[in-house]
Amino acid sequence: MFGLNNDSCAIDIPDTYHTQGEYTKGIARWCPGCGDHSVLHAVQRLCAEKQLAPEKTVFVSGIGCSSRFPHYMNTYGFHGLHGRAFPVAEGVKFRRPDLDVFVVTGDGDCCSIGAGHWLHAIRYNMNLTVLLFDNAIYGMTKKQTSPTSPMGTISNTHPEGSVLPPVNPIQTTLGVSNVSFVAQTVDWVPSHLYATIKAAYEHQGFSFVKISMRCPKFMAEFSKKKVSERDSVQLLMHENGIQPDDATERMFTHHQPHDPTDINAARALAEDVEKTYLGLFYQNKNALRYDLYGAHNLGYSTEQKMAAIEKKLEAFAV
Amino acid sequence: MVYEIPMAEECLKFVPDPKKGKNMWVLGMLSYIYSRDLKTAEDQIASIFKKKSQAVIDSNLQLLNAGHEWAAENLDFQFEIPAMPTGKELVVMNGNEAFAFGTLAAGIEVCSMYPITPATSVSHMLAETFEKAGGLVHQAEDEIAAIGFAIGSSYSGKTALTVTSGPGLALKTEFIGLAIMAEVPLLIIDVQRGGPSTGMPTKIEQGDLLAVLYGAAGDAPKIVMAPSTIEECFQFVIVARQIAEAFRTPVFLLSDSNLATGVQPFERPKLKAEWMSAPIDQSPWNEDTKPYQWDEETGLSKRPIPGMKGGEYTLTGLTHTASGQVSYLPEVNQRSTAMRSRKIAAFSRTLKPPKVHGDEEGDLLLIGWGSTRGAIEEATDRARELGGKVSSVHLRFLSPLEPGLKDIFKRFKKVMTVEINYSDDVNAPLITEENRRYSQLAWILRARTLVDIDCFSNVHGQPLKPRNILERIKLELGN
Ligand SMILES: Cc1ncc(C[n+]2csc(CCOP(=O)(O)OP(=O)(O)O)c2C)c(N)n1
Ligand code: SF4
Ligand SMILES: [Mg+2]
Repeated sequence: MFGLNNDSCAIDIPDTYHTQGEYTKGIARWCPGCGDHSVLHAVQRLCAEKQLAPEKTVFVSGIGCSSRFPHYMNTYGFHGLHGRAFPVAEGVKFRRPDLDVFVVTGDGDCCSIGAGHWLHAIRYNMNLTVLLFDNAIYGMTKKQTSPTSPMGTISNTHPEGSVLPPVNPIQTTLGVSNVSFVAQTVDWVPSHLYATIKAAYEHQGFSFVKISMRCPKFMAEFSKKKVSERDSVQLLMHENGIQPDDATERMFTHHQPHDPTDINAARALAEDVEKTYLGLFYQNKNALRYDLYGAHNLGYSTEQKMAAIEKKLEAFAV
Repeated sequence: MVYEIPMAEECLKFVPDPKKGKNMWVLGMLSYIYSRDLKTAEDQIASIFKKKSQAVIDSNLQLLNAGHEWAAENLDFQFEIPAMPTGKELVVMNGNEAFAFGTLAAGIEVCSMYPITPATSVSHMLAETFEKAGGLVHQAEDEIAAIGFAIGSSYSGKTALTVTSGPGLALKTEFIGLAIMAEVPLLIIDVQRGGPSTGMPTKIEQGDLLAVLYGAAGDAPKIVMAPSTIEECFQFVIVARQIAEAFRTPVFLLSDSNLATGVQPFERPKLKAEWMSAPIDQSPWNEDTKPYQWDEETGLSKRPIPGMKGGEYTLTGLTHTASGQVSYLPEVNQRSTAMRSRKIAAFSRTLKPPKVHGDEEGDLLLIGWGSTRGAIEEATDRARELGGKVSSVHLRFLSPLEPGLKDIFKRFKKVMTVEINYSDDVNAPLITEENRRYSQLAWILRARTLVDIDCFSNVHGQPLKPRNILERIKLELGN
């Protein structure tokens, strides 16, 4: 092109360019209007924007509507067990620093059956992009109360309304030592959703994004109310935070200045359940990373390994 | 001839509490009886207690010498047993250490575990050695996470190991099902202990065989091996990794606390480069090959690994087609289940019939597995010396079973397993031929061979003694 050949060209032309469509696989079988479609789209856009190599990208999920996500990505995927996406993703990443690993998990998957793994995953702070699809209900199993269901939620397990206050995933995550990235967004504002997922991907560490999701099938009223209640939404604003576009700023007129390096301020905001804060609650770029430990002694040759074993065997020789 | 040894009195001369001094005193006495030079023992004492005070070392040395002197004065016998000439280099270790060396020699780079007696020390040994051998121990938050992490690690390229014992095995069950369903190679070492529940953590039992075989939901066929010596603990890990990868499935190694803590010498292994796992294959995937392209004859298929271009697929625990697509069609579930089962059949065709210890036919055949081999073979030998027509067989593969068992069994009037797990006593109240519960291997062999196999087992939590087995043999032979 233009008389240039690849060898003499100063610009690095990638030999393969991936369009957004190339990250798509099959037809997503979520209900029409389900928030999961929006996130799928945002993630495929991110993959194209970052030109992630499909063969070096892995989506790990648990079980639930949301956890069907990897089936719709034309990358490597691991659709495992209910509640157990974190340990699997950690194992994938441990000795493979070259892989981009995403975790897709639901509110039941992460905050109920997988809660133990969730806490430890935060502490391990491996470089994983974690998307919590929080629809405040069990979708897959047809409308049971979730740990994030607001008190009083009518469900098949609590026909008179759920009886306990919900778990607050942002507050919980911010409470764990070595936490490194916590953000919140909603599925129905595509630009904010995209900006948040992008920031999460760019963060080197365990990036936790809680995404409020619509479930028109089982939480129709709740979803509608969430989408329409703009007045209770506060956009978190900071130069080091997530930058909302103009449309988002016009949609949500309440803006809350917040420095994402201030964990105490972040915790105070997380506790305020009257309002919904969107944006970056907290980021610590220097938190210790367990994936770096996992990769620190990679690539030993067979000879080196055998020498180490021989040396150890010496102590057992008679 | 009985010799009375005033051990407590003698020890009291040096220490206030004879219970704490007896072992050194006895070591001194035995050193005399077996004509052993005290120098080695003295050096060992100095080295073992080097972090303690000189007073501790001195008192141990005193006891050692006192035991030796007492024996020299009071015993009228002494033996000289020369060391067996081997001409070979030997190593001495316990079964858990041997598992760890096997893991290293197999080139396994990840051991993901949660501490549980008596399995944990495998990971201790690995943690000490891995740094320079290019591997890591991951201490997970629980056993479920431990196996999930190992499966994730295996999925991303190199077969990983998890080690556990009964209660941990129970927690891992769901993930074991996933590894079988999604065909992920994996090594699972179960160092059995007394059960059920927390049971007897430090005591021996061979009680997990049925749990390992049938613990998972649905049809989840498994490959299960049981080393019978410490050297086999070492060797079986190396073999098991290769089997796991070739057959794309988890492989179980069943051990027990007797192997875990017992110590045996064996020939120092000559490490081989070909034992080690190869670097992760990152060559492009042939896009015409499906991620589960089962071979109709063997059920085997090739596995894409992240990084392989063109091999992108989503592993799932849901029923899937050869292309890895989720499907609940009757024929898909039937075929995929059959393919996973066929692998086990294909693997069984690689096995050889077990060797019979003793004559090929006779009145009684004992069958054992795991750490009891030494005791069973010794009892068999003694019974044969007394004229009994007894033989024994020791199984290394419990699933699939080694071939030819029925042919062997047919040549004996009676066949009986010898195990350390529960079986109802035939003479116990309420027990009939119909409701008797058999020991675990006996259940399997009866079902497999339709031979009326009896069992001799207990759950005393102690290693079986040759003497007790011999008594039972005599009873069976009617003398
Ligand atoms: C061990 C186990 N227990 C229960 C289930 C059944 N189950 C499947 S999905 C699910 C809840 C999913 O809810 P959530 O994580 O919120 O995902 P959603 O469907 O709402 O996206 C449950 C209980 C299971 N698959 N495995
Ligand atoms: S049930 Fe709810 S969460 Fe599941 S696909 Fe339908 S709308 Fe989405
Ligand atoms: Mg949900």
